[in-house]
Amino acid sequence: MKIRTWGILAAVVLLTVLPLWLVNAPPGGEGMFGGSDDAARAAIGTVAPGYRPWFAPVIEPASAEIASLLFALQAAAGAGVIGYWLGLSVARERARRDVAAPSQDRRAD
Amino acid sequence: MHIMEGFLPPAHALGWTAAAAPFLAWGLHAMGRSLRAHPERRMLLGVAAAFAFLLSALKLPSVTGSCSHPTGVGLGALLFGPAAMVPVGFVVLLFQALLLAHGGITTLGANVFSMAIVGPFVSYGVFRAGAALGLSRSIAVFLAACLGDLATYVTTSAQLALAFPDAVGGFATSFFKFAGIFALTQVPIAISEGLLTVLVVNAMARFNAHELRALPVMAARTRETA
Repeated sequence: MKIRTWGILAAVVLLTVLPLWLVNAPPGGEGMFGGSDDAARAAIGTVAPGYRPWFAPVIEPASAEIASLLFALQAAAGAGVIGYWLGLSVARERARRDVAAPSQDRRAD
Repeated sequence: MHIMEGFLPPAHALGWTAAAAPFLAWGLHAMGRSLRAHPERRMLLGVAAAFAFLLSALKLPSVTGSCSHPTGVGLGALLFGPAAMVPVGFVVLLFQALLLAHGGITTLGANVFSMAIVGPFVSYGVFRAGAALGLSRSIAVFLAACLGDLATYVTTSAQLALAFPDAVGGFATSFFKFAGIFALTQVPIAISEGLLTVLVVNAMARFNAHELRALPVMAARTRETA
């Protein structure tokens, strides 16, 4: 179980990191690893060159730094709740085990 | 999968909003009923929502040389049914549209439809099918989350192709063009999402067996695996 968990985590890391190695930069030297949303916007430009967006975002992050701040905030909120739940769960299981067998090894793995 | 602000013609923007609204109302109703009947599920619903928040904030590199993000809504769909994930996905997309200029208000309906409706419903359907076929829980969860994630991006491609059909080849040509951007990029990311969802479900099965008992993910007769 434990080995499998680490295996899955390693697979996720590999799936994320390998593209950085495997993908060669396009000949034009264009920026790599932009958002697919932007790629789609460019594709709209080729399919329907006359299209003009008819509505602009109400608030736009002042810079890429501010945008990454907000994305980090979103991820941190999610990770925080998940961490709280995992910690609570591990502690609860340990407490349960202590009640069942008080003098056992206290390590919860 | 975010269609950017203003990048759907008004008729399409309205149409997708009208299509998504009843699902949102149904989802709110279903979520409220589930929590009233089982207050002990609040924690797990919070975890499912947090998972969607976390994953949809992570833009990961992919083999096509561009970045995209997982959706994280498959987990909640398996736990609480697909309708419960509509409000969760809506909140995520609203946050990103309002504060991040990522997606938009005019395209919110279309984005909710792909990420918060099609994704969860496909995940749920795949999971039930996998369970009916006798797959182990881990495999069924993996396939459900992975294919639900992909389905979201295929939906976005179809939405854009509907709005912007190719002058020569029409919908199909345009669809393959957008799918080449979204769906192809998404393949390794969808696999990652599937794997992460398996991890969380395994942890829940271990720590929250009591709360999970009555939920779809456990009610389906999948084989238990260690």
